[in-house]
Amino acid sequence: MVSNFISRGFTGKRRQPEAANRVPPGQYVTPDFPVLSAGPTPRTPLDQWTFAIEGLVREPVKWSWTEFLQLPAQSFVVDIHCVTKWSKLDTHWGGVSIDTLFEHIDLEPNAMYVTAFCDGGYTTNMPLVDIINGRSFIAYRYDGEPLPAEHGGPARLVVPHLYFWKSAKWIRGLRLTEKDKPGFWESLGYNNHGDPWKEERYW
Amino acid sequence: METDRTDLNLSLMLDGNAVAGVLNEIFALEMTTSPVECANCGREGEMGTLLAFTQAPGVVLRCPACENIILRIVQAPEAFYLDLRGAAYLRLKSLSAG
Amino acid sequence: MKRILEWQIATVKSIRQETPKTKTFTLSLPNWVRHKPGQHYDVRLTAPDSYQAQRSYSIASEPERSGEIDLTVERIEDGEVSSYVHEVLVVGDQIELRGPIGGYFVWEASMGGPILLVAGGSGVVPLMSMIRHRAAVGSTVPMQLLYSSRTPEDVIYSDELMRLQYSQNGLGIIITFTRQSPSGWNGYKRRIDVPMLREVAGPLGNIAQAYVCGPTLMVEAVANGLLQIGLGSNQIRTERFGPTGSIG
Repeated sequence: MVSNFISRGFTGKRRQPEAANRVPPGQYVTPDFPVLSAGPTPRTPLDQWTFAIEGLVREPVKWSWTEFLQLPAQSFVVDIHCVTKWSKLDTHWGGVSIDTLFEHIDLEPNAMYVTAFCDGGYTTNMPLVDIINGRSFIAYRYDGEPLPAEHGGPARLVVPHLYFWKSAKWIRGLRLTEKDKPGFWESLGYNNHGDPWKEERYW
Repeated sequence: METDRTDLNLSLMLDGNAVAGVLNEIFALEMTTSPVECANCGREGEMGTLLAFTQAPGVVLRCPACENIILRIVQAPEAFYLDLRGAAYLRLKSLSAG
Repeated sequence: MKRILEWQIATVKSIRQETPKTKTFTLSLPNWVRHKPGQHYDVRLTAPDSYQAQRSYSIASEPERSGEIDLTVERIEDGEVSSYVHEVLVVGDQIELRGPIGGYFVWEASMGGPILLVAGGSGVVPLMSMIRHRAAVGSTVPMQLLYSSRTPEDVIYSDELMRLQYSQNGLGIIITFTRQSPSGWNGYKRRIDVPMLREVAGPLGNIAQAYVCGPTLMVEAVANGLLQIGLGSNQIRTERFGPTGSIG
């Protein structure tokens, strides 16, 4: 919905030119961390919180919050790109790599896709190859502090190489499937894959 | 009368009134006074009373009684996508009603 | 009424500093359409590289003033649109907008009363349109405004509200200061709470509608309070402004 009218003297949010090769097409860099939400903040008490891996695995596995915190954790510094056009560079997270979690399961041979499911009912989907081999992690710390609720705390998925709607907030588990199942936004106009470098925003 | 004043996510929530512009674009009608019934709990009210989450890749309108999603709207460059499954019905005034 | 809203280019006719953080922009519209008090316009800014930002702003002026509208905008820190509007826009500039929009949060004198208006900060803007409209048509529908402001210098339209209170029949203006009050102030000095709502609503008797506008969390709290003093949920209309001063 572009207009022909230009607002005199308006340039929008500051863009950082030196980061040009780190910014996918159509994005601008922001120093803020915008909060985007489709619903009220879920508030699962930590003593009831669990993280599960289920579906096409030989044995489903589930961790309580205490158990999850005992898993080997790492620091991650990544760039993130939201489909609403903002990008944030060098974001600092702490959490558990998906590869670490997958050490605890055996995938069935026909497990090809994964659906992340969350408190509040949000889901997002991607091919298995997009989350393994260092491509994603479950974060519970941001910028040195426990992940705030409005940004998905206690824990969220982070998949930096795809648009940030795939980095599901308030995640409670991953479900391995044979067929791809479009998630919350993927089922309503948003691209099933979501690669920002190819501007895979919509259908 | 206590409300969690630190809930940033909640503070972003608006009324269905806030999306009146985009609803008008889609329906070519003033939508905020159109009655809609929640398919989940049966609450009926004007669209302007729905809880609106607009800071997202799309707009989500939720039932103020049960918080279930009533309507989702995505505005892509060439099209609008609507998911109305959360509405048992939507009542639009006919032209002849004035 | 079937009508597709079109964007139009308005011209800034005058700018008035209301408070340190708010300015009123009087805009002439080529396709002015009579609005209903409480409605808003969507404002859209476009940069040379086609980047766009859009916000909704409530109409402050009464529909009886034809051909132009007033938008009162609060300057939000890091606000992309509000800082452009405050720092760049001058008289004679053009701005793209679309409206009037909204059918739910409106009041016209023909709807009757008594009416309770509750405002938090810049939430007073759409309610001011209702108050100005009521004065313009000479309505005597009983109306009370309860306006919560942090400090005296943040009260938007303060002189006009005082004048209207004394010149208009059946209009009451009550202000509560939450952070700092004028010296010698005998009025409320706290956040809106249930006892305050009861005292303000009392004289109105059987309230027909209450309109609550302001930051989302304040609106939630006041709406709950109004339920507690006995209003039904279909008598309460809300317009949440998000955490800051604009809708969305």
